Amino acid sequence: MLRKSLAACGLALLIVASGIGATAADQPPDIIIGSILPLTGAGAQTAAGLRAAQQLAVDLVNGHVSYPLPMVGHSGLPHLGHARIRIIFADSQGKPDQAKTAAEQLITQDHAVALIGTYYSSTTATASQTAERYGIPFLNPDSSGALLHTRGLKWFFRTTPHDGTFAENFYSFLGDIQRSKHLDLKRIAIVHEDGLFGTGAADAEESIGKSRGYDIVARVPYTATTSEVNAEVQKIKAANPDVIMMASYLPDALLFMKAFKEQNVDAKAILAQDAGFIDPGFVRTLGKDANYIFTREVFSLNIKQRNQGVPLIDQLFRARFNGAPLDGNTSRDIMGVLVLADAIDRAGSTKPDAIREALVKTNIPGNRTLMPWKNIRFDAQGQNTGGAGIIEQIQDEKYQTVWPAYLAPKKPIIPVPAWSKR
Amino acid sequence: MEQTLTVFAQLLVAGVLTGLLFALVAVGLTLVYGVMDVVNFAHGEFLMLAMYASAGLSLLGLQPLLGLPVVAAALFLFGLVVYRLVIGRLLQGPSEATIFGTFGLLVLMQGLAQALFTSDYRSARHLPFQGTVHAGGIAVSQASLVEALGALVLTGLLFAFVEYTETGRALRALAEDRVAATLMGINVGRMNALAFGLGSACVGAAGALLMLSYPVYPTVGAEFALTAFIVVALGGFGKIQGALVGALIVGLLEVFGGFYLAPQFKMVPVYVAFLVIVLVRPQGLMGRR
Repeated sequence: MLRKSLAACGLALLIVASGIGATAADQPPDIIIGSILPLTGAGAQTAAGLRAAQQLAVDLVNGHVSYPLPMVGHSGLPHLGHARIRIIFADSQGKPDQAKTAAEQLITQDHAVALIGTYYSSTTATASQTAERYGIPFLNPDSSGALLHTRGLKWFFRTTPHDGTFAENFYSFLGDIQRSKHLDLKRIAIVHEDGLFGTGAADAEESIGKSRGYDIVARVPYTATTSEVNAEVQKIKAANPDVIMMASYLPDALLFMKAFKEQNVDAKAILAQDAGFIDPGFVRTLGKDANYIFTREVFSLNIKQRNQGVPLIDQLFRARFNGAPLDGNTSRDIMGVLVLADAIDRAGSTKPDAIREALVKTNIPGNRTLMPWKNIRFDAQGQNTGGAGIIEQIQDEKYQTVWPAYLAPKKPIIPVPAWSKR
Repeated sequence: MEQTLTVFAQLLVAGVLTGLLFALVAVGLTLVYGVMDVVNFAHGEFLMLAMYASAGLSLLGLQPLLGLPVVAAALFLFGLVVYRLVIGRLLQGPSEATIFGTFGLLVLMQGLAQALFTSDYRSARHLPFQGTVHAGGIAVSQASLVEALGALVLTGLLFAFVEYTETGRALRALAEDRVAATLMGINVGRMNALAFGLGSACVGAAGALLMLSYPVYPTVGAEFALTAFIVVALGGFGKIQGALVGALIVGLLEVFGGFYLAPQFKMVPVYVAFLVIVLVRPQGLMGRR
């Protein structure tokens, strides 16, 4: 009896095993993409969203439902026998040295054919160096540090526009306004926190402004952790600028806004590099005093005007991530995974050299992305040349897209009303 | 010329008001630092706690100024508990123990705040005094006037308490000579607990007032605590009025330095003044040796 049942079990096992064997032969092995994110530490909340976004992108590639996005809905990668991609996540803790270790682990132990990540510019810098050393393609979808693509790396590709692009957008926007409204907006004051973020943004604003014939009348760096900005605001007021460009975190942005109102600093426009100015606390704290601020953004659901897939992907993302809407970070990370999948498929191989060659030849038109970009094409430095941002203005305490015009349901209000007339 | 004068006057007023804001935060520290000779590295975190308490009360409809007595009382009790559980024990160890112990408290409180409240910035609701006062080309926010007034009242009350009451005399006696004070029958443990509680209550009041113009987040204390230490060291240990003088100097140097040197160097005159005082007069401007 016992022997009989054992034999039956053995037979059953054999059948199951041969079944597995059969599917494994039909289905080529999964293609591993390694993803590095700050899964723990201060960036954990953001990283949870990015992880969900990247996983969603993987499922879109492996699934059979089609959307107007590259490589989506072919049940895997057609040129590789419909092999599925699989993403393995590793934690950078937001620390450069940890990001390096994570990259090493993904390459040597998990045999990732390409890496994606890492959100922070500092961790992207180290992780991409490691990928370079191993000769593995590294795609960065979400770090905006202005210098990342200038390091002469052969295996580094970046889809997102960087801080320099955003500064260029500011001046293009000002140019459009000056032409259409016959306004003089030549005198620029640059106000920035003196960390890597603020200094990088301000350097780009200053050099591009000068090259386009603008007059930089003041540059006011300050420490973000300051508790008062009296001297800074007096300096700005004395320079009498047409436009104030700001790069600030929330507490300092609030200090400046309160002081601008108090001291009647009336520029014709204030252009901000997101950060503190798009924190939910900004409008919540200032109420109507937050109105008329312009800020850069990387994404808006208005992009549905150009790609009807945007609201659909937004719905899918909300369903997976506690109802949170798609935003600038999550949409860029979805695109990052799709660009990699597109390249691996065109390469028709998982060899790093072939994938790199395919990445170099990437050419995705803007209307097949979730982003306000012209296209995705990499230059010799691996930087996407089609990247562009959006400019929003706070009107009636809500962020409204006002530039570029084809995405903008609202017109920009400029010059903004004087504080005494609000 | 008129323009230059207006700017100067504006900076002067701003410097004084900023100084008083710093005094508000520093006055509780000077009591603990000066009287008990305990460096409470978690002072800024006590401030953070008070600000969260004040923001919480405002959610219940109690605006920060009305909530101030509640927050001050709550922080007084919190101070007593912390003294009983932590500081009192640390004082029995070597003198470095309080440094490491209170630093540990700083890390613990920041971590807990991060876990409980997340790193989001929060402001109080129903804020009064959000307008601006204009006078002769000078503009100041009502909130900073209220905060300045609060600093003066708080310093005045604390000064009166320490100088003119029996308990205050006992505190000063302790500061002057611990052994002699003990021999005179002063209960050191109880006095220390009282001083720590009072210092905490002061920072509680400061936190409630600061909510008029600042958001709160887990590391907000760090921004004020460093300045508070400089203020106390500059003004003089164990002198309540020293905090006021020290704070005014720091405020004025910061604002004028920021404008006439360059904004990014605004703390340089403050630190130079600090270094000079430490070298020339280590006990601080108004302190005794």
